[in-house]
Amino acid sequence: MTNVISEIKKDFIYNLLLKGERIDGRSFDQYREISIERDVIRKAEGSALVKLGSSQVLVGVKMQPGEPFQDTPNRGVIITNAELVPLASPSFEPGPPSEVGIELARLVDRGVRESKAIDLDALCIEPGRKVWIVFIDVHILDDCGNILDAASLGAIAALLSTKVPASRFGLGEDYILPVRDIPIATTAIEFNDVLMFDPGVDEEAIANTRLTIITTAEGNICGTQKSGTGMLRPEQAYRIIDIACEKAKEIREKFLEA
Amino acid sequence: MIAMDETDISFFKDGLRLDGRKADELRPVKIEVGVLARADGSCYIEMGGNKVIAAVYGPREVHPRHLQEVTRAIVRYRYNMASFSVEDRKRPGPDRRSYELSKVSREALEPVILTSFFPRSVIDVFVEVLQADAGTRTAGINAAAVALADAGIPMKSMISSCAAGKVADTIVLDPMKEEDNFGQADLPIAMTPGGDITLMQMDGNLTPDEFRQAVELAMKGARDIHELQREALVKKYNQMTELSPAEVHACD
Repeated sequence: MTNVISEIKKDFIYNLLLKGERIDGRSFDQYREISIERDVIRKAEGSALVKLGSSQVLVGVKMQPGEPFQDTPNRGVIITNAELVPLASPSFEPGPPSEVGIELARLVDRGVRESKAIDLDALCIEPGRKVWIVFIDVHILDDCGNILDAASLGAIAALLSTKVPASRFGLGEDYILPVRDIPIATTAIEFNDVLMFDPGVDEEAIANTRLTIITTAEGNICGTQKSGTGMLRPEQAYRIIDIACEKAKEIREKFLEA
Repeated sequence: MIAMDETDISFFKDGLRLDGRKADELRPVKIEVGVLARADGSCYIEMGGNKVIAAVYGPREVHPRHLQEVTRAIVRYRYNMASFSVEDRKRPGPDRRSYELSKVSREALEPVILTSFFPRSVIDVFVEVLQADAGTRTAGINAAAVALADAGIPMKSMISSCAAGKVADTIVLDPMKEEDNFGQADLPIAMTPGGDITLMQMDGNLTPDEFRQAVELAMKGARDIHELQREALVKKYNQMTELSPAEVHACD
């Protein structure tokens, strides 16, 4: 499931890195160009197509009434899924979700859930019996690196444009889904004590440590995940957090706050 | 189970936690090495109400064979919860949570395993949670690291794991079930004794400053656990004054 990279390219990236450069000319903490297009799927309650450089991720939100969980009878339910479909990368295969896909879905979910972006109490229709279920489905279309940040951005963008389809289920008029926070995931890789944000697919292939920080609009941290088979010094983690907070603020202000 | 609100619980009484601990205190830890006869290495750990057993098999042949790597051993880690380990019966078998935990736990241990010593082979780590009380992943990693050492797998160092959390606006070490369920944040880490972090996860809500405090506290907990892991291993090998007949046979 890992991307293959030739030794010569690896050397090339490494030598550039020693000079303080990246293959696409970015600085180490610079994101690729971001574009977010909302409401691209009419059939979905909310949707967003996110482009992060050449990476493309489509997120659709569907909602329907259903039964609450037994231990939270008065709360709505969020279910997040990610499909790493084989059209998106030579290393994706059809079949049941891979470990990478599951981790991705659970991290997108963690951002939405832990930031309390959606008021689950407000999604109760009939206490103990009927609540709104929010399905967040992530479809990776083109994996050119850092699909996690793109997916996470897509999820919140899609939620911000979600209309609760109340009329379709005889529950009154449709209304805009209230969203209380805007969690942003920011990912960096560590390679030779260099921290590179928004890694491209080749950069991901050379690094074996990745740290994702999810921040709230308030500037707090609501989720982190270290991934990969490398190690990280605490100071490196703190440095990533400082930059991640700044980056997330920029992205939030530029793209998601109306 | 009745849903409780965060406000229904008071986490501190006279400055002490629900189970009488101080904010920076670990729950009692018990570690036993070599508890399974068939496994190449094994470890049983109790951390508070958690009871976890880990077994290591390998290095051994890889099945299915296409998974093998020419230059190194692969490491597999299976985190599994017994159906009776939690309040409401867990449906047996892997779920999405256990897939994620298996992945990050494997990545917590792999950095210290000298996999290049055993090309084309696999090191299998199986972790069974028998009783759960918040912190099963950290208990699993602690047991697995000891089981790897017990199996004689060459490693650059030990790995020790511990979580810190936030309850009632206070950073606490090693959260128990109530603190995890109704608390404000949970931050598990794993690290080498030298302070290289190999696992770091977090959910909840922390300011960057609180995040640092929680990392420092979890690292302190992990250092204490490392001491207990070392003691348990030393104890086992001190007892091995003479080889048992079965072990002599295995050496032939």
